[in-house]
Amino acid sequence: MTDTVRLTVNGRTLAVPTGATVAVALAIAGDACRTSVSGEPRAALCAMGICFECRAVVDGALHQRTCQIVCRDGMEVRTE
Amino acid sequence: MTRSFDIVVVGAGPAGIAAACAAAEHGQRVALLDDNPAPGGQIWRGPRTAHRDAVSRAKERWLHRLQQNAAITSLHGCRVFDVAGDGLLAAEQNGQRVELRYSKLILATGARELFLPFPGWTLPGVYGAGGLQAMVKAGLPVRDQHVVVSGSGPLLLAVAAYLREAGARVAAVCEQASWSRLLRFGASIAPTSRLWQAAGYRWRTRSISFRASCWPVAAHGSKKLEAVTLSNGVRQWTVTCDLLACGFHLVPNTELASLLGCALQQGFVTVDALQQTSIANVFCAGEPTGIGGLELSLAEGEVAGLAAAGAIHAAQTHVPRRDRLRSFAAQLATTFALRPKLRSLPEADTIVCRCEDVPWRTVSQYTGWRTAKLQTRCGMGPCQGRICGSALNFLLEWTPDSVRPPIFPVSIASLAGPTAPAQAERSAIQEN
Ligand SMILES: Cc1cc2nc3c(=O)[nH]c(=O)nc-3n(C[C@H](O)[C@H](O)[C@H](O)COP(=O)(O)OP(=O)(O)OC[C@H]3O[C@@H](n4cnc5c(N)ncnc54)[C@H](O)[C@@H]3O)c2cc1C
Ligand code: FES
Repeated sequence: MTDTVRLTVNGRTLAVPTGATVAVALAIAGDACRTSVSGEPRAALCAMGICFECRAVVDGALHQRTCQIVCRDGMEVRTE
Repeated sequence: MTRSFDIVVVGAGPAGIAAACAAAEHGQRVALLDDNPAPGGQIWRGPRTAHRDAVSRAKERWLHRLQQNAAITSLHGCRVFDVAGDGLLAAEQNGQRVELRYSKLILATGARELFLPFPGWTLPGVYGAGGLQAMVKAGLPVRDQHVVVSGSGPLLLAVAAYLREAGARVAAVCEQASWSRLLRFGASIAPTSRLWQAAGYRWRTRSISFRASCWPVAAHGSKKLEAVTLSNGVRQWTVTCDLLACGFHLVPNTELASLLGCALQQGFVTVDALQQTSIANVFCAGEPTGIGGLELSLAEGEVAGLAAAGAIHAAQTHVPRRDRLRSFAAQLATTFALRPKLRSLPEADTIVCRCEDVPWRTVSQYTGWRTAKLQTRCGMGPCQGRICGSALNFLLEWTPDSVRPPIFPVSIASLAGPTAPAQAERSAIQEN
């Protein structure tokens, strides 16, 4: 087992530790997860699946809570 | 798809794991399900480590016991969103609807952090206290990052110690409770200091500046956090930092219990001596019955698992230990009760509802949760008021609205299920 996985975040390739969640990958990339209804950048808050601030598009699926999803090789993540 | 079990346990934190093991060891077929990708709940989150502290040892022991037991079916990334009929829950896993039939149900849904709105709390880089810890456990590097830890509760010290071990520079730990309360608490838990590992953290946090009667009043930054202003009620000062870990202790996750119709008292699920709720075949263990930490969750889990399995005598042997630990829960509540001054944290344009961006100015015009919701959409977003509702419960003393399904947003396909919901419910009732 390798100790990193590679995924793309908004088109950029990124290596993250194996077991890292997508919310962590977004934080490492320095990208906010979503833009709020009034246009503010937002990122993970609770990291336990409650607040929904970490929503992003994961492999084409919209509104995924990225703090509850573990990164896999080849995953594509886009911010909302 | 419908799967049937003797006992379904919702929540695979310490309480749920203990309940599942105890029940399965008494001959029951058990399903243990959790929204998280792995078992462990809040405290045992993240990869198994070789750490030798009490928490890691307990984690190893319990996860081993769980994995040894073939009578337990673990379902991860699976969350219950509705009651589909009598003895039937609707859950979603991998975007698919799963129905779970049970004879007995054990709710071990844990707690979440309480977040209070203050100017700048929506900036990226502001996390919950447990939230930042969970991010680090999930791989976020914090080496040489400047962090302020603030809010309330024994979690703050645990988080500060953890972050420091991960290489962060913890600039300050700010606890809103006063020294006099903390000292009284410290003296009273000395004999049971395994709880919250309070003493153990002391040496590790020694070189971290710890302030009592201190709280954050504003977070600053343009696109992300750059600094935080702290207050002790007399003066204010600003600290530059990369990350703010801020949580004001815990609130129980009681949505599923409410939806099932279990009686609640002062926000917690009411249980009898054997953890049975007001509904005969529904038990509850861990944080939803009272915030008391790891040991209490484990004890309640064992009692609930054994009682649900019909092993009443065995369940009773754990009762004295559980009752001792419960007195600790009561002390936690008084020690970390929030000071009324925190009700003035939000300013007029501070966002209260993060899902719908409703500011304090707008929300605070209303007299109750129901009208505020209808008029402003506050609490109508995907978190369904779990963040702003809990905050408003403290800020304006609004009582939460009744819980309506689905208790988590799910796909239309999961919602409707294989048959129309009404039909599904009817057939479920007939089968019983
Ligand atoms: C971040 C954090 C860190 C903590 N650290 C410590 C510590 O260091 N020491 C200590 O003693 N205590 C700590 N606590 C307190 C901690 O909550 C308890 O000690 C213990 O973890 C409680 O166990 P539990 O099983 O009752 O709940 P939890 O551990 O909260 O487990 C509940 C589980 O239920 C799941 N769940 C809830 N609703 C659903 C649903 N509808 N469908 C599916 N799954 C669901 C959740 O995903 C969660 O995994 C911490 C709490 C938090 C929030
Ligand atoms: S950070 Fe709160 S749901 Fe993911």
